[in-house]
Amino acid sequence: MAADGRDPRAPIDPAIGSPGREGLAGTAPASFRAPSFERDQITIAPDFAPADAQPAWRQDFPIDWPQDLYVERRDFLKFLVLTSAAFTAGQAWIAIQNWNRRRSGRPPVLRVAAIDAVPIGGSLVFRYPDEHEPCLLVRLTAGDFVAFNQKCTHLSCAVIPRPEEGSFFCPCHEGRFDLRTGVPIAGPPKRPLTRIVLERRGAEIFAVGVEERTT
Amino acid sequence: MTGSVRRPFSRDQRTTIVNGMLVFVLIVIVLQLWLLTATMHAWLGGDESIVWPGLTVSAGALALTVGLLVYLRRLDRNRTRRDDV
Repeated sequence: MAADGRDPRAPIDPAIGSPGREGLAGTAPASFRAPSFERDQITIAPDFAPADAQPAWRQDFPIDWPQDLYVERRDFLKFLVLTSAAFTAGQAWIAIQNWNRRRSGRPPVLRVAAIDAVPIGGSLVFRYPDEHEPCLLVRLTAGDFVAFNQKCTHLSCAVIPRPEEGSFFCPCHEGRFDLRTGVPIAGPPKRPLTRIVLERRGAEIFAVGVEERTT
Repeated sequence: MTGSVRRPFSRDQRTTIVNGMLVFVLIVIVLQLWLLTATMHAWLGGDESIVWPGLTVSAGALALTVGLLVYLRRLDRNRTRRDDV
C-alpha cells in the first residue's frame, strides 16, 4: 500500500485493456492486469541474439516476432492489392479517353496558310484540331510541306524546327525527330511526332486530319 | 465410414501461405504495370485495338489478387474462431 492508501498496482485507467483497447499493434497487451509475455516469447529478435542478451526494454516489453512478421506481410499484401486496383483504374481511364476520342469524330478542315506565306526552310505555328494542340507547318522545298504536332512525344515539351540540321529539336531532354517524317532519331522519345495530314487547294494549304503513329 | 477433421492452419503455415501469395501478387502486379505502359504507348500512337483487351486482362488480374486477399481474410477468421473457443 502506498502512503496515501492507494494500491500502486491498481490500473491507472480502467478503460485500458477493455475490448477494443487491447494495444495499438495488437502484439502486446496494454492491460496491466493481463498476463505478460514470457521472456522466451522473444522468439527471434531482429538482431538474432538470445533473450538474455536483449536490452532491458525488449525484455520488459517482448514482442511476438513471428506474429509481427505475419501481420506486416499481410498488410503489404493489402497494399499490393491496392496497387493492382490503381493499375486497373489506369486502364479504365485509357478506355474512357478512347471513348471520348471516338465520340469527337473526324477533325475539322482548317486553312493553315497561303503557300507564299511560308518561305522554303521556314515554318509556321498553327493550332489543330483545337486550340490546345500547337502544330508546326514546315516548307521543305518549293512544293513540299509537312506538318506535325509540336508536342514532343516524350514529355510534351514544344519541339523546335531546325531545317539546317534536318530535324526537330526538343530542348527539354535533347530529343530529335526527323524533319521530313517526324520519326525519333535521338534522345528519349520513342514515338514519332503526331502527323497532320495536309491538303493543297490552289495556293493554300489545309489541315484535314491527324495521324498518330507508334512507329 | 471415414471422416476427416479440417483444422485451421497454424501461424507458421499461414505465414508460408502469405509469402507465397506475396510472390504471386508481385508477379501479377509487374505484369499489370507492363500492360498499362504498353497500352498507353499503343493508344497514344493511335492503336485503339489493345484498349479493351488490356482493361479486361487488368481487371481479371485485380479480381485474382482480391480473391487471394479474401481467402487470406477467411483463413484469419477461421483462426480467430478457433481462438474464441
